[in-house]
Amino acid sequence: MNGISPYRIGALALRYLYLLRSSWIRIIELAYWPTVQMILWGFITQYLAGHSDVLTQAAGLLLSGVLLWDILFRSQLGVSVVFFEELHSRNLGQLFISPLQPIELILALILVSLARTLIGVGFAVTLAIPFYDFNLFALGPPLIGFFLNLLLMGWAIGLLVSALVLRYGMGAESIAWAAIFAIAPLCGIYYPIATLPGWLQPLAWALPASHVFEGMRAVLLEQTFRLDYFLYALSLNAGYLGLGIGVFLATVHKARERGSLLQSGE
Amino acid sequence: MTEPPAILVQDLSKHYGPVRAVDGISFTVARGATCALLGGNGAGKTTTIAMLLGLLLPTGGRIRILGEEVPRHRQRVLSRMNFSSPYVDLPQRLTVTENLTVYGRLYGVRRIPERLAALGRDLDIADFFKRPYGSLSAGQKTRVALAKALLNEPEILLLDEPTASLDPDTADRMRGILTDYQRRSGATLLLASHNMSEVERLCDQVIMLRAGRVVASGTPRELIHRYGRKDMEEVFLDIARGIQSGEVLE
Repeated sequence: MNGISPYRIGALALRYLYLLRSSWIRIIELAYWPTVQMILWGFITQYLAGHSDVLTQAAGLLLSGVLLWDILFRSQLGVSVVFFEELHSRNLGQLFISPLQPIELILALILVSLARTLIGVGFAVTLAIPFYDFNLFALGPPLIGFFLNLLLMGWAIGLLVSALVLRYGMGAESIAWAAIFAIAPLCGIYYPIATLPGWLQPLAWALPASHVFEGMRAVLLEQTFRLDYFLYALSLNAGYLGLGIGVFLATVHKARERGSLLQSGE
Repeated sequence: MTEPPAILVQDLSKHYGPVRAVDGISFTVARGATCALLGGNGAGKTTTIAMLLGLLLPTGGRIRILGEEVPRHRQRVLSRMNFSSPYVDLPQRLTVTENLTVYGRLYGVRRIPERLAALGRDLDIADFFKRPYGSLSAGQKTRVALAKALLNEPEILLLDEPTASLDPDTADRMRGILTDYQRRSGATLLLASHNMSEVERLCDQVIMLRAGRVVASGTPRELIHRYGRKDMEEVFLDIARGIQSGEVLE
């Protein structure tokens, strides 16, 4: 296998930057939903704060949950939606006859996803400070661990969804939006995993995000960073991301066998 | 030691279940040659080109490009070849400059602004460098696609109907550009075309496909002589209709 070229990865990232730059609506869209979510949950927090012991104890519980959730959601979309751009523009054939390697495509998608997530969620996190006097950075150094694990999980799901769409065509595009919401109830974003029925809990613990949100509650309610949650999430993510990369590469190989790379599109 | 040919294809096949899109074809294209891959719709031209590019995995057989095995070592040769087709798009929302810059970087082109300026002059596309690719006419898109294919000054240029959708004047200029590039760089050109006068003008080698098999090959002059016809248009019709050389069409 030839070496991975940062220059080619940068070239592809530049392509997505050009695309983003070409439309201010796309830039606004990046920050729009995280901001709307933050505003909505901020008001809910204000209302519930007077009625809930838990929220009186840690007012940032819901807002931290929604902002961290958006890191996962945006990082997944950052991979899959950007990959769909190639399918929409019927550009995949051109890319795969260039010296670009599939692994470089994956790394470019991940790089762009990171940038999109930082822009989108960063805007909402910043606005939450004047709006609700809530600073996500008050979570301290554990925030880095939460951010890393949610990004990794988002990329893994994004790659799996992209592989699915490459295999079954743009008809499967809606899975990109549905996949993440299907697992949301299991992640314990707003409630502890213990709230779930017993038979669902093992499934929930198999998701890295569940460990992140439990870890978040530990920081907010007990002022404790749970290293065990962090390490569980990290090791689960290693498996999921490996799976995502493996499935994506195998799907590209299969597309080469089936001859679908030249015709990829709607 | 002699240089390996630009393209060597041996017993190449591609099957989709029971369908044999390409069925055991063999041919060689020498370095610096301009070769036409001809045949009716479904003859196997695009499938063959896709396999040469490593975009499609063969069912069997062997491909060597510039001495390297493809698809196994395709990464070693992809930066030395390129492809243009009016049927494969570039990102619509990016401007022409942005598209060519991205592909220039992907192909490792040095001094991209200077290269773009030269291509803008040669292909007369500089006037719409700042326009989104999606807003261009079919003819303009074809020229931009050709600019993308010439970005890395490829040693092998694969072209799928290079002058389709162009008016006769622009098509003629494109043929001139290809001839100039071939003469100047010594590149090898392999083109699929339905335009037989183009083939007669550009090509020194013709490979005719029918139902996934090579049914005739030679220079245009040889084929015209062998089939007893006055031009390649008539030869093409004979071969597409399954008439053997020497037979007379009633």
